[in-house]
Amino acid sequence: MTSTPAEMSAIPVIEGYDGADYYALMTRALHQILLEEGLLAPEETDKVIAALEAPRPEWGARLVARAWVDTAFKARLLADGASAAAELGFTIKEAQLVVVENTDDLHNLIVCTLCSCYPRSLLGQPPWWYISKSYRARAVREPRAVLEEFGMALPESVHVRVHDSNADMRYLVLPRRPAGTEDAREEDLARLVTRDSMIGTAQVSAS
Amino acid sequence: MSAPRFAPGDRVRILDIGKPGHVRIPWYVRHKVGVVERHCGAYPNPEELSCARPGLPAIDLYRVRLGQRDLWPDYAGAPDDTLEIEVYDHWLAPAQDDAP
Repeated sequence: MTSTPAEMSAIPVIEGYDGADYYALMTRALHQILLEEGLLAPEETDKVIAALEAPRPEWGARLVARAWVDTAFKARLLADGASAAAELGFTIKEAQLVVVENTDDLHNLIVCTLCSCYPRSLLGQPPWWYISKSYRARAVREPRAVLEEFGMALPESVHVRVHDSNADMRYLVLPRRPAGTEDAREEDLARLVTRDSMIGTAQVSAS
Repeated sequence: MSAPRFAPGDRVRILDIGKPGHVRIPWYVRHKVGVVERHCGAYPNPEELSCARPGLPAIDLYRVRLGQRDLWPDYAGAPDDTLEIEVYDHWLAPAQDDAP
C-alpha cells in the first residue's frame, strides 16, 4: 500500500546515526594501525584536529563589523568574500565565500539540504541543529515557519531568500546593523554579531 | 576552457539526468525552471570525485534562482519568496520559451 502525500508529510523526520558507530570504530582501528606501523605520528593527528577547531564565529563577526563601518570593504566582501576575508588575515579554504546581505526588504537564510556544507574554515563547525534533518528539510520548504521558531516573525513585505549550499560555494549572511549603533566602535560591533545571525536564523541586536 | 553556456538572467530548466551516487542536485529542484543568478566558476565534477576519479575537465557551476511557489505549489510564505541553489552545467537545459 502506498502512502498519500498527506500521510507522507505527517511522518516525522527521523534523526539517524546509521553506521556512525561502525565508521567511528573503523577510523580508530585504521588510526591505530597507522601509528603502530610508524606511518603517522600522534602529533600529526592533533595538529589537524587543532586546525579544524581553530575557526570560530568571532572570525566571521570581524568581517561583518568591518563591512558595517567601511563601505568600500563591504563592496569587496559582497563581490568576492574569500579575497575580502584574506584582507583581515582569514584564509577561506572552500572554493568561494558568497556573502549575501540582509536589508530592510530582504532576509537571507542558509541551509545545506544534502549534508552539512558550512563555511567551516571561517566559522568553525556548524551548530547541531544546522545538521539536523528537520532543519535541512524545513528551511527550504517553510522558511518563514522555521524563522518564526527561531524568534523571527517576518512580515510579508520582507522577501525571504533561501540559499541551498549544495555544491562548491559556502555562504555567509551579512546581517543588518542594529539601530542605535551609529557611534559604536568596530570592535564593539563585532561583539554583537552572533553565529546564528550569519546563518540567517537571527538578527543582530544592539545589546 | 570554453565560455560558460549560460549568463545571468538566462532561463534554465534543471534536469533529472537519472544519475545514481553522489549527485549534488536534490530532488526538489529537478524539472523546475529558474533564472541564472551568477556563474560561479568551473569545478571538478563531484559525481566523479566521489569515486576517486579526477572529475576533469572542470564543469561550469551556476547559481539558479527559483520561485518558492514554483517549487512548492502550496508554499505558505509571500508569493515572491525565492530560493537559490548551485547547479552544474550538465544538469541544465535552456528554457527560453517553455512554461515554468
